[in-house]
Amino acid sequence: MLPIIFVIPLIQLLILVYAATFEMKEIKLYIVDKDLSPVSYQLTGAFSGSPYFKIIDKSFSVEKAEEDIFKNKADLVLIINSGFEKKLYKEGKAEVQLLINAINAVTAGLINAYSGAVLADFNKKFIEKEISYSDPKNIGSINITSSFWYNPKLNYKIFMLPGILVILVTIIGAFLTTLNIVREKEMGTIEQINVTPIKKYQFFIGKMLPFWIIAIFELAFGLTLGKILFDIPVVGSIGLLFGFAAVYLLVAIGIGLFFSTFANTQQQAMFVIFFFMVSFVMMSGIFTPTESMPLIAQKINYINPFYYFMRAIRMILLKGSTLIDVLPEILSLIIYAIIIHSLAILRYRKVAR
Amino acid sequence: MKIFLAFVKKEIYHIIRDVRTMIIIFGIPVALLLIFGFVINNDIKNAGIAILDNSKDNHTIKIIHKITASGYFKINVDINSVADIEKAFRTGKIKEVIIFENNFGRNLEREKNATVQIIADASEPNTASLLVNYTSKILNEYLYSLTTNVRPFQINQQVRMLYNPDLKSAFMFVPGTMAIILMLISAMMTSISITREKEFSSMEVLLISPLKPLQIIFGKVTPYLLLSVINIITILTLSYFVFKLPVAGSIVLLLAECVLYIIMALSMGIMISTVANTQQVAMFISMIGLLLPTILLSGFIFPIENMPEILQYLSRIIPARYFIVIIKNIMIKGTGFLYVWKETVILLGFTLFFLFISLKKFRIRLE
Repeated sequence: MLPIIFVIPLIQLLILVYAATFEMKEIKLYIVDKDLSPVSYQLTGAFSGSPYFKIIDKSFSVEKAEEDIFKNKADLVLIINSGFEKKLYKEGKAEVQLLINAINAVTAGLINAYSGAVLADFNKKFIEKEISYSDPKNIGSINITSSFWYNPKLNYKIFMLPGILVILVTIIGAFLTTLNIVREKEMGTIEQINVTPIKKYQFFIGKMLPFWIIAIFELAFGLTLGKILFDIPVVGSIGLLFGFAAVYLLVAIGIGLFFSTFANTQQQAMFVIFFFMVSFVMMSGIFTPTESMPLIAQKINYINPFYYFMRAIRMILLKGSTLIDVLPEILSLIIYAIIIHSLAILRYRKVAR
Repeated sequence: MKIFLAFVKKEIYHIIRDVRTMIIIFGIPVALLLIFGFVINNDIKNAGIAILDNSKDNHTIKIIHKITASGYFKINVDINSVADIEKAFRTGKIKEVIIFENNFGRNLEREKNATVQIIADASEPNTASLLVNYTSKILNEYLYSLTTNVRPFQINQQVRMLYNPDLKSAFMFVPGTMAIILMLISAMMTSISITREKEFSSMEVLLISPLKPLQIIFGKVTPYLLLSVINIITILTLSYFVFKLPVAGSIVLLLAECVLYIIMALSMGIMISTVANTQQVAMFISMIGLLLPTILLSGFIFPIENMPEILQYLSRIIPARYFIVIIKNIMIKGTGFLYVWKETVILLGFTLFFLFISLKKFRIRLE
C-alpha cells in the first residue's frame, strides 16, 4: 500500500506528462522543389526557418516522397512544380501542393494549420515586398498581433499536469476505497463488521476518512513534484485549490462507495471503475475542449465529476481564478456529494440485510 | 482431451455467469469506440470569446459578424475595457479576446494598415494556437474580400490528405481500441482469474485433479481467447457500419494477426499470474505494467515521435506498438504480409518469451 502511494504519483507525473502530449514538435517535411527558382528557394527557406518543421529530405521525385510517407519517415511533402515562379509573376497566382499523412486525423489537422500559417505568412511578406505602398493594387493589411496569456511558450506540460493530478487523486480516492470494501466482501470479513453495533454512516465515514486524507496528501505530494520537476505555475490560492479538492474527493470517494455496493468481487469492481474512469476522463476535457464535443456528451458531463475538477484546477492553478469564479463548480460538486452518499448508504443497507 | 473440454466448459460457465463483468467486457469496446469517434476531436466549435471593439465602425461590425457566423466562436462575455479582460479569462467562460484598435476602419481605409490584437488563453495550448489561426484567417479573408481585383502574387495551397482524405479519427482509434481491449480481456482477466484460484487456495484442488498443469492453464485461457475473438469481430463490425471504416487489406491476414496478438496477451497474463499471489497485486501489475503503457506509449492516442527519446525507447518493449502498426498497415494502407512481417516476428518473439518464463516459473512452484 505504502509504495503504491508514493510510486503511482511519481510514475504518473514522469511518464504521463511526457507521453500524453499532443504537442507538435518537428513536423517531418519532405521537399520536392522542381522549380528551383529564387522564390521557391525562399519558400522552402521559410519552412526550414520555422521551429515546427524539420526537412528530412529533398528530391525531384514525388514517388520517392510518397514512399517516405508510406514508411512513416515523412509527415508532410511540399511539392513546388516547375514554372512556379514564372506563373506567380505572370498570372499573379501559383499553386504549391501539400501531401499530408492523415492516418492520425488530429495531427494531420495541426500539420495543415501550421503549414498553412507558414505559407500565408510567406505570401504576405512576399506581397508587401513586391508591391510598393503607393501601388493602387495595394489593398492594405491588417496587422495582427497575438499574445498567449498564462502560458506564453505554449508549454503542453503545464496544460497536462493539472489534469494528471486530477486522475491521481481520483485513483487514490475512488479506486482504493472500492477495492478495499469489495475485498472485505470477497473475503467475508465484512460480515464481522456488519454484526457489530456500528452504524452504516459510521462505517462509511470510517472507510472514507483514511483515503480522503491520503488523497489530499497525494495532491500536495504531486503538486510539489510538479513544482520541482516541471515548474508548474501556481497563480491562484493554494488554500482554495485544496478546499476544492476536499469537496471533489467527497464525490470521488462517494462514487467509489456506491460502486462497492454493486460489486461482489474485486475483478468486477476493477472493471466497473476502469470503465467509468476511462470514459469520464476522456470526456472531462483533459485533452480536448468540452465545448466542441457533441451536445449529448456535454449533457453527460454534468454528472462527470472529473469535468468540474478538471476545469477548476486549471483555472485556479494557471489563471488564478478566485472562489467566486469557481463557485458554480463547487456548488455542483456539493450537491453531487450529497446525492451520491445518500445513494451509497441506501444501497448498502439493502445488501446488509 | 475430454476432461480438458469439460474443464473449458466449466470455465466458460464461470465467466458467463458473471453478468456484470460480461456487460463491461462488451460495453467497454462500444463505449470506447463511441467516445473516441464522437467526443474526442480537436475541432474548434463554439469556443467562448470576448470582443473589445474600440472602434465600432462599419468594418469591425462586419468582421465581428463574420467571426460569429463562422461557427468556431461564440461571444460569451461582453467587455468594455482592457481591465475587464483578465476578469473574463478568470471565469473560464472565454478562451480568446479580440481587440480592435481605435479608428480601426479609418486606419484601414486611409493608412492601409490597421491593428488587431488577439489574446488567447494558452492554459490550453493547442486550442489557443488553433483559435489564433482561425481568427487570423477570418481577418485576412475579410481584407481580401474588400477588393474586387484579383489579389496579386497569390500562392495557393492544394492539400491532399493521404490515406484518410476525410480526416476521420476512426483510423487512429480503432486499431488502438483493439489493442487495449484485447490487452484488458486477455492479459488482465486471465491473470486475475488464475491468481484468484491461488488466493482462494482452490488452485491446489485443480492441481490434484487428473488434469495436467498445462491443461489447467490452457483451459483457463481458452474462454478468454474466444471472448477476445468475439470482441474483435464486434469492433470491426462497429467500425465498418458506424464509422464507415473499410478493411483495405486482407481480412484473413488481419484476423490472423489479431489471434497472434491475443495469444501474446494471454501468455503475458499467464506470466503475471505466476508472479503475483493475490488479485490485487495482479491487478496493479496489469494496470501499471500493461494497460497504462498500452494506452500511453503504443502510439494509440499520442504520436510516439513527439515523446522524449527515453520514452521512445521504452515504447519498443510495448507489444501493442507493433500490433497497432500491423493493424494500421493492413486496415488502412492495405499492405500485405511483406510489409508487416518484421512486426509479426517481434510479436511472436514476445509470445515465446512470456511462455518460456511462465513455464519455468510454473514448474518451480509445483515442486
